Amino acid sequence: MSDIQSKDNAEQVISELADTQHGSEHHGAPKGYKRWLYSTNHKDIGSLYLWFSLTMFFIGGAMAMIIRAELFQPGLQLVEPNFFNQMTTSHGLIMVFGAVMPAFVGLANWMLPLMIGAPDMALPRMNNWSFWILPFAFSLLLLSLFTEGGGPNFGWTFYPPLSTKYSPDSTAMFVFSVHLMGISSIMGAINVIVTILNMRAPGMTLMKMPMFVWTWLITAFLLIAVMPVLAGAVTMILTDKYFGTSFFDAAGGGDPVLFQHIFWFFGHPEVYIMILPSFGIISAIIPTFARKQLFGYHSMVYATASIAILSFTVWAHHMFTVGLPLAAELFFMYCTMLISVPTGVKIFNWVSTLWRGSISFEVPMLFSLAFIVLFTIGGFSGLMLAITPADFQYHDTYFVVAHFHYVLVTGAVFSIMAAAYYWLPKWTGYMFNETLGKWHFWCSLISVNILFFPMHFLGLAGMPRRIPDYALQFADINKIVSIGGFLFGLSQLIFVAVVIMAVRGGQKAPAKPWEGAEGLEWTVPSPAPYHTFDTPPEVK
Amino acid sequence: MTEPKIKQHLRILIFSVVGMFGFGFALIPLYDVFCDITGLNGKDYSRAGSSPQTATVDKSRTVKVEFVTYLNKQLPWQFKPEINSIELHPGERYQVSFVATNQSDQATFGRAVPSISPGYGAQYLVKTECFCFQEQMLAANAEAVMPLLFYVDPNIPADISTLTLAYTLFKNEPTADSTTVAMR
Repeated sequence: MSDIQSKDNAEQVISELADTQHGSEHHGAPKGYKRWLYSTNHKDIGSLYLWFSLTMFFIGGAMAMIIRAELFQPGLQLVEPNFFNQMTTSHGLIMVFGAVMPAFVGLANWMLPLMIGAPDMALPRMNNWSFWILPFAFSLLLLSLFTEGGGPNFGWTFYPPLSTKYSPDSTAMFVFSVHLMGISSIMGAINVIVTILNMRAPGMTLMKMPMFVWTWLITAFLLIAVMPVLAGAVTMILTDKYFGTSFFDAAGGGDPVLFQHIFWFFGHPEVYIMILPSFGIISAIIPTFARKQLFGYHSMVYATASIAILSFTVWAHHMFTVGLPLAAELFFMYCTMLISVPTGVKIFNWVSTLWRGSISFEVPMLFSLAFIVLFTIGGFSGLMLAITPADFQYHDTYFVVAHFHYVLVTGAVFSIMAAAYYWLPKWTGYMFNETLGKWHFWCSLISVNILFFPMHFLGLAGMPRRIPDYALQFADINKIVSIGGFLFGLSQLIFVAVVIMAVRGGQKAPAKPWEGAEGLEWTVPSPAPYHTFDTPPEVK
Repeated sequence: MTEPKIKQHLRILIFSVVGMFGFGFALIPLYDVFCDITGLNGKDYSRAGSSPQTATVDKSRTVKVEFVTYLNKQLPWQFKPEINSIELHPGERYQVSFVATNQSDQATFGRAVPSISPGYGAQYLVKTECFCFQEQMLAANAEAVMPLLFYVDPNIPADISTLTLAYTLFKNEPTADSTTVAMR
C-alpha cells in the first residue's frame, strides 16, 4: 500500500488542496440543526452515525448493567423475569443493530471517500436518508418497552412460537423497527458499493485499495444478500402473529424449525458483517505502528472474500440440537471448521506484519494488539462450539455467551475503539489525551476479561443463558463476572471523556499524526476540510 | 463522475435486494421440496388415495410402529390411540383407530398434524386412509373413533426397527372441506 502516495508529494497535495478549498464555489456547512438534518456531506453523516452508535452503546450497556446486577447473586432481587427477558433481548438488538453496525457505517462514511480519493459518497441524499431512519427505528424499539405487556422478550433471535403465540402485544413495533434498521443498512450498503466501484481516484485499481475499503466492499455485498432475508423473516413473524398465516405454526402446517433455518441464513453472514470491517481496521493500524507494510495484502483480500462466501454454508451450526440428520451435522461442522483457515491466514498475516517491525504502543495499537489476542480466544471457543458432539453440551449455555462476547466486544467493539483513536486527530484536528486513552485501554482490557472469561467456566459447568436466576453453585463466579461488568461499563466513560476533550481542543494535530501511517486520508489537513478531493488525487 | 454507471449499479443492487427479499419467502416452498426429496424432518407426505398397495409382504422381519398423541392446550378434547404400538411385517396392511372425545359444551374443529421419527423413515410409513387428511368436527361432548389405514414400505432400510408416529391435534377454524365425524 506504500505505492498509494509517497511522502513528498503528500505535502504538495496538501498545499494544492488548501488552494482549491479557498478558491472553490463551496460554501461551508449550513448553520444550526439544518446542517445535520439536511446533510448530504459524508463527514457530517459519518459523525452522526458515530455519535448515534455511541449513544446506543451506552443504552445497550445500561441494559447489560441491569442484567449483571440481577445476576450478581442468585434469586430474584431487582427485576421481574419478564423484564429481565426484555433486557436481554433489547441489549442484543441494540448492540448489534444500534451500536456495532452504525459504528462501522459511520467509519465507512467518514473514511471511504478519504481513502479512495473521492469528493463524497456516490449517493449523498440516500446517505442522509439511511442515517435519519435509524433514530426512528430505535425510538420505536425503545418505546415498545413502555407499552402494556412490555417490549420484545423472546431473545434477539425471536424464535417462534416465543415471538408469535407467546409474544407481547408490542411485537409489531419490534417488527417494524427491524424493517427500518434493515432498510437503513441496505441503503448504506448500496451506497458503499456504488461509491467504491465508481468513485476511486484515477490509478487506484481494486488491488491497490486499502484493506478497510476491501473489507467494507465485501461486507456491503453480504448486507445486500442477507438483510432482505431478515426483512422477510420478520414479515412472516408479523403475519403469523397478526394475520393468521402459518409459516412457522405447526397447527397450520408450518414448521418452527424452518424459522431457525431462515433466521440463521441471515444470522451467520450477519456476524461476519460485524467482524469483516474490524479486520480492515486492524489491517490499517498494525502496519502503521509496526512501521512495515501489511504482510500478505493479496492473501488478506482473498481470505476476506473466502470468509464471506463460506459464511453462507454454515448457518445450521447454530441449530445442531434441533434434530438435524447426521449428514447435515457433519457438513455444517466441517464447513464451520473450514472458516478458521482464512481467519487464521489473517491472524498470521498480522503477526507477520509485527515480526521485526519497529513497534510503538500508541492507544490505537494497544487496542489492535488486544484485538488480535482476544479475538483469537473467541475464535478458539468458536471452534470448540463447531464440534457437533461437544456442542450438545455447550448449546444455550454461558459458554456461548462468552464466545460471542469475545468476538463481538473484544473483537468488533475493540476494533471500533482502535479506529476511533486512530482517526480521531483527522476528525477533530486535535490530538486526544494519550494518558487518558491508555487508562481507558488498560481498564477496559482488565475488566473485559474479568467480565467474559469466567463465563466459559459457568457454561461448561452447565449454567444456561437467558435466565434471571440460577443454581447456587454458580454464585461465586457470577459475582466476579458482574463486578467485571460494572468495571467495564465505568471504563467506557473514560472514552467519552477522551472524545469530548479531543473535540473541544488540545494539541493541534498535523495532517499525518502517526509517523508510519500510509494512505490518502493522511494527505488532507487535520481536521479534514468540509470538502476534500474536489480534484481527484493521482494514485501511482 | 461516471453518472450512467452509477445509475446502472444502483439498478442492479436494488434488483438484488428485491430478489433476496423474494428468496426469503421462496425458502418456504423450497424447504418443503427439499424435505420431500430427502425425506428429512419427519414430514409426512402421503396423501389420500395415493400409492395403491402393490408391495409384497416381507415376512423375514418386523418393524415396530408406535403411536403417540399430543393435544394442543387450546383444544378441549381427549385424543388417544386404541393401542400404543404394534409389530408388523413390512408390506402388511393394518388399521388402527384413534378415539377423540370433545369435553366441551360446544362443537369444535380440530386438525391432526402428523410427525414421524426417525425423520428419514417418514417416507416408508404409507397411509392409505387417514383422518388426518381432513379436519375434524366434534359436536358438544361427542366421541368419535377415527381410523388410520397404513402399511410399512418393504423398502424400509434395515437399520430402522421402530417408527414413531406422533399426532398433535390442533384447534382449527372451520373451512369448506370440513368433514363431520359420525357420532357414536
